[in-house]
This record gives sequence, structure tokens and C-alpha cells, in this order.
Amino acid sequence: MKAITARRRRPAAGYAVVLFGLLLAGLSYAAVTGMGAADAASHGITGQPLVAQGRTLFNQSCANCHGLFGQGTPNQGPSLIGVGAAAVDFQVSTGRMPAKEPVAEQGRKPVSYTPQQIRALAAYIESLGGGPAIPSAAQVNPKGANTGLGQQLFVASCSQCHNFVGAGGALTYGKYAPPLTSSTPRQIFEAMLTGPEAMPVFNNTTITPQQKRDIIAYITQTRAEPNPGGFSLGRVGPVTEGLVAFLGLLLFMVFAAMWITAKHGKAHD
Amino acid sequence: MTVNRALGGTGNWLDERFRGAKGLRAVFRKLYPDHWTFLLGEIALYSFIILLLTGTFLTFFFKPSMTDVVYHGNYVKLDGLHMSEAYASTLKISFDVRGGLLMRQIHHWAADLFMAAIMVHMLRIFFTGAYRKPREVNWLIGIVLFTLGLLEGLFGYSLPDDLLSGAGLRILQGVVQSIPVVGTYMSFFLFGGQYPGHSIIPRMYILHVLLIPGLFAALIGAHIFIMYHQKHTQMPGKGRTNRNVIGAPAFPYFAAKTTALFLFIFAAVTLAGTFAQINPIWLYGPYNPLAISAGSQPDFYMGMLEGALRVMPAWQWVIFGHTFAFNVFVPGLLPLGLIFTAAALWPFLEQWITGDKGEHHVNDRPRNAPTRTALGVAAVSFYGVLWAEGANDLIAQHLEISLYTVTEIARVAVFAVPILAYIITKRICLGLQRKDLHLIEHGVETGIIRQLPNGEFIEETRPLDEEAVAKLALQQRVTPALPPGLGDAGEDVPPPGMRRGIGRVKARLYKVLTESVPVNGHANGHGPDVHAVDEEGRRAAIGSSERDRGDGAGGPGSDRHG
Amino acid sequence: MTDSTAGRPGGDHEPTGDFSAGPESRGPTGGDRAEPRHRVIGTPPPAEARSMLKPPPPGSPGGPPPPPERRELPADPSDPVRAKRAERIVVACFVIATLAGVGFIAAYVLFPVHSVSRTLYSNLALGSTMALVFLALAVGAVIWVRHVMPGVELTEQRKPLRSSDEDRAAFNKTFEEGAEASQFVRRPMLRRSLIAASVPAVVAPIVLLRDLGPLPRQSLDHTVWRNDMRLLNYGANTPIRPADFASPGGMITVVPDGYQDDFNALAKATCIIIRFAPGQLQFTSRSAPVPGKVVANWTVDNIVAYSKICTHVGCPAALYEQTTHHILCPCHQSTFDAARGAQVIFGPATRALPQLPMTIDAQGYLVARHDFTEPVGPSFWERGPSS
Repeated sequence: MKAITARRRRPAAGYAVVLFGLLLAGLSYAAVTGMGAADAASHGITGQPLVAQGRTLFNQSCANCHGLFGQGTPNQGPSLIGVGAAAVDFQVSTGRMPAKEPVAEQGRKPVSYTPQQIRALAAYIESLGGGPAIPSAAQVNPKGANTGLGQQLFVASCSQCHNFVGAGGALTYGKYAPPLTSSTPRQIFEAMLTGPEAMPVFNNTTITPQQKRDIIAYITQTRAEPNPGGFSLGRVGPVTEGLVAFLGLLLFMVFAAMWITAKHGKAHD
Repeated sequence: MTVNRALGGTGNWLDERFRGAKGLRAVFRKLYPDHWTFLLGEIALYSFIILLLTGTFLTFFFKPSMTDVVYHGNYVKLDGLHMSEAYASTLKISFDVRGGLLMRQIHHWAADLFMAAIMVHMLRIFFTGAYRKPREVNWLIGIVLFTLGLLEGLFGYSLPDDLLSGAGLRILQGVVQSIPVVGTYMSFFLFGGQYPGHSIIPRMYILHVLLIPGLFAALIGAHIFIMYHQKHTQMPGKGRTNRNVIGAPAFPYFAAKTTALFLFIFAAVTLAGTFAQINPIWLYGPYNPLAISAGSQPDFYMGMLEGALRVMPAWQWVIFGHTFAFNVFVPGLLPLGLIFTAAALWPFLEQWITGDKGEHHVNDRPRNAPTRTALGVAAVSFYGVLWAEGANDLIAQHLEISLYTVTEIARVAVFAVPILAYIITKRICLGLQRKDLHLIEHGVETGIIRQLPNGEFIEETRPLDEEAVAKLALQQRVTPALPPGLGDAGEDVPPPGMRRGIGRVKARLYKVLTESVPVNGHANGHGPDVHAVDEEGRRAAIGSSERDRGDGAGGPGSDRHG
Repeated sequence: MTDSTAGRPGGDHEPTGDFSAGPESRGPTGGDRAEPRHRVIGTPPPAEARSMLKPPPPGSPGGPPPPPERRELPADPSDPVRAKRAERIVVACFVIATLAGVGFIAAYVLFPVHSVSRTLYSNLALGSTMALVFLALAVGAVIWVRHVMPGVELTEQRKPLRSSDEDRAAFNKTFEEGAEASQFVRRPMLRRSLIAASVPAVVAPIVLLRDLGPLPRQSLDHTVWRNDMRLLNYGANTPIRPADFASPGGMITVVPDGYQDDFNALAKATCIIIRFAPGQLQFTSRSAPVPGKVVANWTVDNIVAYSKICTHVGCPAALYEQTTHHILCPCHQSTFDAARGAQVIFGPATRALPQLPMTIDAQGYLVARHDFTEPVGPSFWERGPSS
């Protein structure tokens, strides 16, 4: 203790205190927010038939907002009758559901359930009213797809919300189209198929499964592609480029100008 | 040291044909005052040179044609796609020409730096009053250069015919079309018919590589020649008067420094072109009029126009079968038009208000002209609010503010922020002026604390040396109580030029424009007493073609004998 | 009037050569440049200068030492040790620049392109060597100027920019004489006919631009949509049956059959179709657009078609929010309510998106009934009120 107090008047002491305070606050917050997930995951029950297991899980975490029979509650949770297994798989595997708080848009969060539990939930919701099924692995495999056609379809139907490369974009009243950087091919397929939240529905007769594969291939290839020109600056276009021009290039040149015109080397004159 | 024989021989050969000795000697001996802000214009100039060099390289490979082709090149993700030849050739430059991507990126970064440098250079000229006589024409040329730069950049980034710049062209077409009476004709003539047509890319190309660069070359040449002929201004300092130039000669000093600056600029844009990706058109895809991306913005120098379009409420009139689309042509033409017109008229307006007809070769310190500085900052903040609004969807997305709220804030801010900025800046300038006076009267704090015999602690100060006093340039604040040339004022009767309506307005504007913290006579004998309208003060204050006001009538640091 | 330029120590500027020389060089009034008085050959020189033996000139053996040569710029820096150190740094910089330059050429030869990742490496190699060349040269140049060259601060006088009165008078005289000699002022017919002749000469280049484009005429009032023209699902370009587009909340881009590759047509004719759940659309029974309502006759099975071209400045208004049924244009945030005839609810657009009249053809595919009943896209002068 004496070692610390002896140094309390040093100039760095203030910074050390602030740093410690930030660290403390950050760790406390992280500890508190992670709690919900741990609870839900530990309650998985194995061995029961899938639908029954799904019902149990549903009644635990989803019925509050979506109603005891998935019929929905006003202003809290929409009806899940007929949304299909695909919708459940999308929402739960991206962590959006279960929702932690009512916000304009549910964002991607750490996942609360194991894949087996998600299958169970999906089976239960499907039993309530049918709806789009979870796509097969072959359906979502981007290998060999036509990325040219994928690009065409993407810019006609997707980029207006999600941006050229899927970096996301703003919608109205606090909603937003999320970035597509972390979505798996299956999740992309399901999102198109079920139209989560504000997203329109692109069912399999509007954009065929083959076309969906092309779009998925375009998205996955684009996000994996290296940036030959250097740092990508976010891939959002001229806004970040302009910031770099002013704060990087111009500032560098101002410093260079200051050096060039500084009073002649001190020992002279 | 005798001149090298080959050099001497060449020199003689040329001299026998051009009589260059005297002229070239004058060029070599010309003095250039030194201050880092004087290099901002050169940053623009050398960026322009780099644009010419890299641009020439690009013209060897770019195809300015909107003919449809099917792509089978090396960027395999787009294989089989229909696109224009312009876009395909840009892909080729990026991926199939060694150094092609580097040249494209250097070219684009240099264009951004060019516009940024012009902006700060223009602001420096404004805030230091360097646009005053005899430099008004150069100021006007500069405004034209700025406008040309906007167009040149717009056409340049639209040439590759990608989705982002194509959306910008569509917006341009919509704005042109909305202009009353002539809009549809202008749009059809510009695009060679319906939008998008097949003519716009080749037409923009020739404007971008021939016409506008030619105008640039001529105007930049004139701009520099005028600066050379009139000699550069200098910052206030010891020995620097309105009648002299203090600096180092062109040969070898200025030549070396300006070359070093050019090399730094080239290094900077090359570093940017290597490590910071710009305009990745392969990610945007080829242009299609039915496609658009979220977060579509033009290059930053067009951002203000984009913001103006976004902030404008939905106003239009339809009368007698005709539409006045205020919601489009007002934001398209008014804000930028207002700024450029005000900037162009400002030197003449200021001259009319202050009656100052003298030559000015010593820069003002911005704080010594508080109203001018405050107006400039207000204009910059007006520009800045609209500029920020141009990125309102990115702001909404990343700062998590509701999209409409950002626009609604901007609608208020575009009026409120400039007014606030004016008030705050003026107060800051006046405060800084008081601080300067304080320095003169009390000296600089040394940080040495002494205890007096009676127990009181004081901090020792030392008076400013001559050079520091000269740099404060207090004499710049001295202005006569009335605009010069208006004749004697009686006690209650205003002078002849200020009796009628416009004269009264002028008088009021004069008072506002020349508002400053007065330099009092009793401040250790420094500075003239501005309230004594004596012959000395009046003679010193009246501007004329030979005499001027920047001399400083006996102010500290001024040196009438040069 | 003119500035005195003589006699300042430490570096002066003599007036640069021009036509009229300054007063100093004329006559015997100036100091060094005074010319000797004119003498007739044979007469003895004035008494003052008489000496049989001329004194030896300065600089020759036996004579006084030569006056120190007046330099404007010092030859060497004042601190040779520091300058030597700086010189070494500068040389090192220039050597780096040389090596980097060679590296650039090597990188060009050694690094191929033709793929995205190879382009990345080539760009890095070429760019970093090139940047190093310039940076090293720049740093070397600055150190050279600031630490190897001797420091210097010179002063020169400015001349007022206004020409002298004599120069002005001389110019005026030349100009007036020339103007009179030209007879331009004296002979009005000459003058007036010249001015008349130059008017068409100035107008002609403007007239030459007439064929830049056709006149708009009525072309902005129509699109290519016609009776029975099928709506194609863009991308696959297949026709659409309502049953294939049955999910409420669905939205897709459609283009007119036969024009899927024609950008001129697509820039005005592209539409979006949106499927609503029953009861969501606010219908009107009229067969013409009514503000805030969807023309029921023009919909099929709660599928409504709107122009995709924003009525603000023409961007594709493509963003559709299923939950709020708002169409948002991402360019300037004009927002349209798709359930209420796409009327504007926010943003700079002033008019609703025109609704495309739809029906079904014999095979059951969605087709247009006829063209839009109002011009699509941005406003223009000749556009009257929305019909």
C-alpha cells in the first residue's frame, strides 16, 4: 500500500486511477450482460421428442412475448403461427431471439441456445402452423454458383438497405439493415425466405433457391475478398475517404509545411 | 567558384537568343516570405501536377465508351455480367495493368487533396485579408478555380460508370431537369437525349481530360503570375512593413523548399494510394438505373450539395400547368451559389464599407479583424452543417440516432449554428485581442514566483521583446472613427457622405466591421490613441495609392524607413 | 513618387530592366555611375587629377587591398560541424531514395497482377517503394535547406503597383493616337457595322450546339409500358403469376418485357411490386390516382405496383420496410407509404410514386393495363399537376 501512496503525486497517477476506474466499470458491465445467456443454455433437456422439447423451451423463454400458443401478444411479440422453422432458426441462431429488451430493431447477439435446442424450437413452431422449412446444406452451398447473376440480384433487391458489400444501412425510426459480415449462408437464405422484422419476404418463387445461392455466393465471396488497394476504410465509400483526406493527407501536409518553413536550424543566424 | 562550363555554354547560347540574363537574375533573386500557411496554395498546385501525371497514364488505358460489353476478365466475381466499356476498362486498369491500381488511387487521392488544399488555402486568404487590394482579381480567379475543381472532380469520378457515381449522375440529371423553363432542354442536351443515353461518359471525358485542364492551366498560370508580379504578402513581424518583402531568395532557397514540398505531397498521396483503398469500383459493380446502395455519398467536396438536397423540405408550386420544383433546384443552386457569390463580392463590399483604397501587403492576424473572422467562421459552419447532413444515413447508422431526427436537427442547425458560430468567434477574437494588450502591458509570465517583503507572492513577468511585439501587430486594429474620405464631422452633424439612407447603413456597417478592442495610448506609450482625431492619425489612416494604412502610424515594430 | 532603392546594406534590389531606366543612370547626379565630363582631345586633364604617376589599382601588387567583394548570400553555413552532420543525413536519405527507386523497378518486374490478391501485393510493393523514393528525397531536401545551407534573411523594397504618372500619360498618348489613327471613333458607320458583324459570330458557336441532343417534346410524359406488357422479375427476367408472389410482405423489382437490357427504358419504367395482406391497402374505387389511396382496379390480389423511380431526383426508391409498409429512398430519405398510394410522408420528394395499372393476361401472368397516367420520376417545368 505504501508503494502506491508514495507515488500518488506523480503525474501518471491520475491516468492510472482513470484507467483502473474504466477497467472496473467495463468488467462489471461485461459480467452483468453475459448472465442471461448462461442461464438459458444450461437448461437444455435431452432425450425428449423434438417438438415436446421445443414446447418446453418455448414456454420458458418465448411465451411471455409470443403468447402461450405462439399467437402473439399486442405490441410485444408477433404471432408465430405459420412463420416456419426457417424463421425460428434464423432468429435464434443469430441470437436475436430471445429478445432482451424492446428496441426498434433486434440486433445480432451471442446465441442463447445450442444447435440442438434451436432445432427443437423450430420443430415446435412448425408444428403450430407450418411455414418455410430450414434449407438443406446443398441449397445454401455457394460453391459453383453464378456470382455475376448474384451481383445483379443483390444490387436490385438487397444493396438499397444493406449497402454494396453488405456493410449495413439505416432505416427509419431507429431501425437498421444489419451488416452481413457474420451471417452464415444458411442464415442469409433464411432471412431472404422469411423476411425478419422490416425486411421484405423473398419467398422461393420470387427469388428461386438457385438465385438465392447466387446471392449468397456473391455476399460470401465479397466479404472474403482482400482489399487490393490497402485498408478498406470500412467499404462505405467516399465519407471515410474524405475523412482520411482531411485528417490524414492534409494534416500530414500541414506538418510537412510547418517543418519546411520553420525558422532556420537553430545554430545558424 | 566559376560556373560549370557546360551550364555556362548553354546559358550563353540561350541568352544570345532571348536576352535572359537580367530577367532570369530577377527571378533568381526574388524574395519569398516564409510561413507555413503560404504553402497551402502550393499543395493545391502540386496536387494538380500529380493529377496531370497520373491522369495521363490513365488515359492510355481508359475507354470512355458506354457501349455494352460482356465481362470475361480477371475479376472473376463479375464474369458474364453486362457492363459498359468504360467500367470494363477501369476493371482492366485495376487488375490487369501493373501499377494501374496504384495510379488510379494516387489520382483519386491527389484529387481529394487538391480540393481540400484549395479550401484551406481559400480560408487562409480570407482570414488574413490577403484578398484586399491589389489581390482582388487573384481572389476571383481562385473562386473560379474552386468551381472548376468541383466539376473536374465530379466528372472524373463519374467516368468509370460504376453504381455509386452513376447514382450521382442520376441526381445531377434530376437537379438539372428541375430548373424552371430550361431544365428539360438542358438535361436532354447534356445527356444527348433521355437519361442515361450513350453520350454522357464520352462528353464528360473530353471535359475532364482536355477542356477543364486547359482552363486550369491557364487560370493557375495567371494566378501564380499575378502572385509573382505583385509579390507575396508577408505575416506581421519585426521589420516587416507594407513597403518591403523580407524572405529568402528563390535560388536556391525557395526552389529547394518548394521542391521538397512537391516531393512530400507526392510521397503522401503515394502512401495513401498504397495503404488506403479509394473508389473500389469493383465492389460497387457496374451502373444500372434500377439499382442503388444504402449510404451513397459523392466525394467530400460535393457533400455540401448532397446535404442540401437531403435537408430541404418538400416544397413545390404547380401553377398554370408548370412546376416550380423548389425542393430540388433551391438546394442544388442556392447554398453553393450564395457562398460563391458572397465570397466573390466580399473584397469589394469590404472596400466600399471601410473606404480603404490602400495596398495591403502585410497579412492581418485573424483576431485583429474580429467581424471578418466571425463571418468567415459562420460561412464555414453553414457549409459544414450541410456537409454533415450529406452523410446523415451513415451518422444515423453508426451513432444510433433515428434517421429522420438527424435531418430535423440539420434543418434547425443550418440556421442556428452559423449564427452561434458568428457570436462565439467574435467574442473569442475580442478576447484574444484583450490578451494581446495584457501581454503588452504586463509582459509574459515567466513561472518564477517571488515573495515580496510584505509576504505577498507575485509571479515575475518579463516584457515582450521587439520581435514578439511586432508579431502582435496591434497597429492592425487601429481604424479611424469614420470611414476615410468623408470629410470633417461636426459635433452633432454627420459628415456629408453619411446623411442619406445608404450612407447611414454604410456608417453602421463600418462600425460593426471595424469593431476591435482599442489600443489605448496609456499602455506604456505603445500604440496610438485612436480617439484623437489629429492630423497625424488621420494622415496615417487615410488610404491612397501610395500611402496605406498597414504601415502603422508609429505602432510598435513598424518601420517606416524599411 | 518612386521608392529610393539605393544605399541599403545587407542586400538590395536594383530595379529590373525595362524600357524606362531610373533616374540614377541618367546624367551626373548619381554616385558610382557618374560619367566623366566631356573633354576635347589634347587638352590637359583638370588640375585636381594631375599626377604623373597613377596610383596602382586596388588588388595589384603595391596597391591598396581590394575592397571586400559584396556578397548577397553567404557562401558557407555558420556552424560547419552541424552542417557536416546534416550533410551526412541528407546523403543517407538520398541513398535510400536511390535504392528505393531501384526497388520500384524491380517490384514492377517481379510482381504480376491479374488477380485480386496478386494485385494487392503488387500495389503494396510498387507503392511503398515509390513512396519511399519521394519521402527520402523530401526529407533530404528539407534537411539540406534548413541545416546545410547557410541561413539568410534579405529585405527588398516594394514599388507601388500603380504606374508612374509619366508612364500613364505616355500610355494614354499612345492609346489615343492609335485610336485616332484607326478611325474607329471618327467613323461611326465603320464602328457600328463591325459591332453588327460580330453579333452572329458570337451567337454562331452557341447555335452549333443545338444538335447536342433532341428536344424533350413529350418523351418525359411516357414510359415504355403498354397494354398487356408483361412484368418480368428482374434478374431471371421471368414473368410473374400472383400465386408465385403470395407471401405478404414480399417485394421485388419488375421490368417491362422486352426492355430488360434497355437502360433508357429502365431509367423510367422500372417498378416494384409489393404483396400486402388482405385489408392493409387503402383502396379507392376510382380508376385514377387519388392522393393517399391505392387504385383498386390497378391491383391484383393485394399486389400493388409502384414506379421505382423516386419523384425527388430519380434514384431508385427501393428500400421497403415490411413492418411499416414504407418505401424509403436511400439517396435523400424521401419516404412513401405503400399502403396509401405511396404518398410522401417525409423527405424532400413532393409527389407520390405513380402507381402502375396492372391486371392479369390470359395465361395468368401479371401485365400492365396501360402506361402510367402521369409522368414518372423527378419534377420538371412542363409537368402539370398530377392527374
